[in-house]
Amino acid sequence: MTARSRLLDYLLLGIGAWLAWLALFQWAGPEALSPPGATLRRASEYLASGPFWGHAAATGLAFFYGCLVALIGGLALGFALGAQRLAGQVGEPILSSLYSIPKITLYPVILLVFGLGISAKVAFGALHGIFPVALFTIGALKNTSPVLVKTARVLRLTPVAAARTVLLPAALPEIVTGLRIGFSATLLGTLIGELFASDQGIGFMLIRAMEAHKVLDIMALTLLLFAFAALANSLLLAGERRLHRQ
Amino acid sequence: MTRVRLWQLGIVGTAVIALELLCRLGIINRFTMIPPSEMVLALGRVVATAPWFWPDVRYTLGNLAAAIALSAVGGLLIGLAVHAVPRLRRALDPIFTSYYAVPTFVLYPLLIVFFGIGPASLIVLGALFGIVAMIVATMTAIDRIPVVLLKVARASRLGIWRTALLLKLPAASPHLMTGLRLAVAYSVIGIIAGEFILSTEGIGRRVALAYNNFDNQTMYALLVLILAFAISVNAALGAFEQALHRRWYRS
Repeated sequence: MTARSRLLDYLLLGIGAWLAWLALFQWAGPEALSPPGATLRRASEYLASGPFWGHAAATGLAFFYGCLVALIGGLALGFALGAQRLAGQVGEPILSSLYSIPKITLYPVILLVFGLGISAKVAFGALHGIFPVALFTIGALKNTSPVLVKTARVLRLTPVAAARTVLLPAALPEIVTGLRIGFSATLLGTLIGELFASDQGIGFMLIRAMEAHKVLDIMALTLLLFAFAALANSLLLAGERRLHRQ
Repeated sequence: MTRVRLWQLGIVGTAVIALELLCRLGIINRFTMIPPSEMVLALGRVVATAPWFWPDVRYTLGNLAAAIALSAVGGLLIGLAVHAVPRLRRALDPIFTSYYAVPTFVLYPLLIVFFGIGPASLIVLGALFGIVAMIVATMTAIDRIPVVLLKVARASRLGIWRTALLLKLPAASPHLMTGLRLAVAYSVIGIIAGEFILSTEGIGRRVALAYNNFDNQTMYALLVLILAFAISVNAALGAFEQALHRRWYRS
């Protein structure tokens, strides 16, 4: 498959999505949906405006801290539980039930504990991201070939040296998958935190648009968010595929 | 296995007791969190005395069932259709993988305009949450059908429908089950989130009301209920999924 035909695919998909959107707009009416052209214009207006970037920076900062906590915490938890068989067997089901709970219901608890502001957003983002990172790390370590583990033991590597030179490189591709999913989850958590508990950020802009029922603003912001998430995700996915090939 | 169970029980038990002590000793103040034992007692009181409890549970569960059915069936059909066109699938891939990073429920107000406040908006929101997990799982499931099975089908001269029904469906069932479990989990999130934001009935609505009225007893009681429900449903489906995986991939 050449790059050109792939480009053509994306172009066709774009045209198809545009037509589907137009049809949906005709059907649902301007009260429920905004037309694609106007939405794109509003999105580009946002990108050119100063206040938008102020909100984006607030979201970005909270997202950055949330990612940091989720990635470091998740990796530490994953390595601690994944390195030993019993610990993994005990911890993995607990983590996966925590992963499965509808975390949005915990938002009152987070608000009561952290109050309004950036710490609640970071906490909510990290709460979403930490479990997938930990679970994928445990899975990656569990699937590491026993031969590698034995080799490390034969060479009498210390646990830290074994983790750094043998386990980590072997498990890296799957860990990166976990990081990518953790990244998405943290973004979602941060935005949800902003929806409910903030006076700035993209989530705050969204909730304001929701309350004033500005359909065009909601759609334009959603479009921008989706574009950002899809772009970041594609980049991480490309990196991941390169790792898997090695 | 029993040793693992004992450890798990010990860890969860210790966590609950620690939380209880922290609350009782006043290190976590009562306005932030009530002790776990009180949460359970409060839940008992709500179940026994609140006149809204059973109607709201019925409302939420009914919507949830409809959302799960929609996302499971819709996701299966869309997954089959997209899988049949590899180019479409490759083009849609970035959308599927980044779908869950966007808070879909920002579209909820638009759904309300379209469907009105009520079950229909909630069901569509829940289905929007769950459907993509099912689509992706369906495509994975078809990918993982062992080639040898298809050869067996050809060798035994099975028709398209009998191949699909007798070989493909059972072989794909473990991954379909994964998709169903995720669709259920996401639909729960969608329905509860929708009820939180704007609804006239439902358990999520009751949590929001209790939070706004500083009624921590009711709020934590309902949170315990929702979490217990989500965890046990997930555990049950997970156990079924594991059994299917073992049946197909270890024998």
